[in-house]
Amino acid sequence: MGPRACLVELEDAVAAASLAAWARAARLPAEEIVPAAATVLFDGVYPASVEAALPRWPAGGEPAAGPLVRVAVTYDGPDLERVAGHWGCSADEVVEQHTSTELVALFTGFAPGFSYLGGLPAHRSVPRLSSPRPRVEAGSVALAGSWCGIYPAASPGGWLVIGTTEAVLWDPARRQPALLAPGTRVRFEAVG
Amino acid sequence: MSGRVTLEVLDPGPLATLQDRGRRGWAHLGVPRAGALDRAAAGLARRLVGGTEDDAVVETTMSGIVLRTRRAVTLAVTGAPCEVRLGRRPVAHAAAVTVPAGVVVTVGPAITGVRSYVAVAGGIEVPPVLGSRSTDTLAWVGPPRLAPGTELATGVPGAVPEPPAAVVVRPRAPVLRLHRGPRADWLEDGAWGALDGAAYAVAPDSDRIGLRLDGPPIRRRDGELPSEGVVLGAVQVPPSGQPVVFLADHPTTGGYPVVAVVADDDLDVCAQLRPGEEVTLRVL
Repeated sequence: MGPRACLVELEDAVAAASLAAWARAARLPAEEIVPAAATVLFDGVYPASVEAALPRWPAGGEPAAGPLVRVAVTYDGPDLERVAGHWGCSADEVVEQHTSTELVALFTGFAPGFSYLGGLPAHRSVPRLSSPRPRVEAGSVALAGSWCGIYPAASPGGWLVIGTTEAVLWDPARRQPALLAPGTRVRFEAVG
Repeated sequence: MSGRVTLEVLDPGPLATLQDRGRRGWAHLGVPRAGALDRAAAGLARRLVGGTEDDAVVETTMSGIVLRTRRAVTLAVTGAPCEVRLGRRPVAHAAAVTVPAGVVVTVGPAITGVRSYVAVAGGIEVPPVLGSRSTDTLAWVGPPRLAPGTELATGVPGAVPEPPAAVVVRPRAPVLRLHRGPRADWLEDGAWGALDGAAYAVAPDSDRIGLRLDGPPIRRRDGELPSEGVVLGAVQVPPSGQPVVFLADHPTTGGYPVVAVVADDDLDVCAQLRPGEEVTLRVL
């Protein structure tokens, strides 16, 4: 993909996050290391140097546990009942599942600070809205597939919104601008 | 900021932004790189006024920009050829010009190309965001776009260098050379070879995010990929088969297959292609 980048394919987002975290800690000389759903992009590198370093990655190893962030959520989203319908349970049980699972930020996409949070069981997968909403408010806590995400800023969106948070997901003035940078562990807590 | 206001924007045209070399190291948080689209033209403008390579310059779109000097400044306009006037007096393009206070500087509409660059001796001072003074037009990270009334401060100018004997700007043919992309295997048999010499028209919705091309549909396998990281110059092929070349403000991840990557040296060409112009692809 050009002389100065390479894309490494992995089995899933957990492996991709683990490789990206390892490469960052090992100070692999790359301008950008971008984990995604099943790949890691190394940009601004000599591909041969990435290839040479890969065997040192302890594949399959658990990624080092990142910091834990607690996010207070008001579970009043317009799609809470819809999610309950997909899961075949009550809205209270959706909240119970969502607050009892430790999620982890695996990669970012869509907008600065929008983290894909993994950890919900595969059987809790939900489809996106068939037609996206023209506006989803900042702080909306939402589900799609078995991912959870929080909209850092108002935008159009097709994820199922189950609640809202006042947490500031993205602030370029902070030393770590993304509240949920890849590797961060997340616990949701119900308020209100 | 230590700088003093030296310029006021009177008319920014459809889109005028500050751009430097862009942000590095934030793609994993979803932040586009941004930065001047025509890097050679922006670099020339900086050098003409004795700036450093990290100085921010003004990038205009199609119809130029009108500024008024509050203090005497030395500036240079490069990129898309255009008329440059101080008041009503025409001055040279691609040359350092010292302008007294209180003068209206008109960077006229692009005669060819799209984007002109204005560099100011001392560099334009705005607080950097995540290490860069570039405005990204996808997520709007960085300073706001220039608006009528925007005041620009500049730092202390160094010595303006001796002007070069002649500024020679290499004319660039509208040809984009392609490396194979990470998902070239999504192309149907023969589709890679068919790209060589294929002609496309630049679509009207092209912008700093992507150069959209209109022409023979690229035949690819159906389906979508899970999102993956994409590079500057990536050629994404959506199901329509009409390719998009990712430029500086591109999203950091995407779900359509990247079948090719435009050679780095040809990205400046992309910056100056107008809607409706024809571009030829070449495979490397």
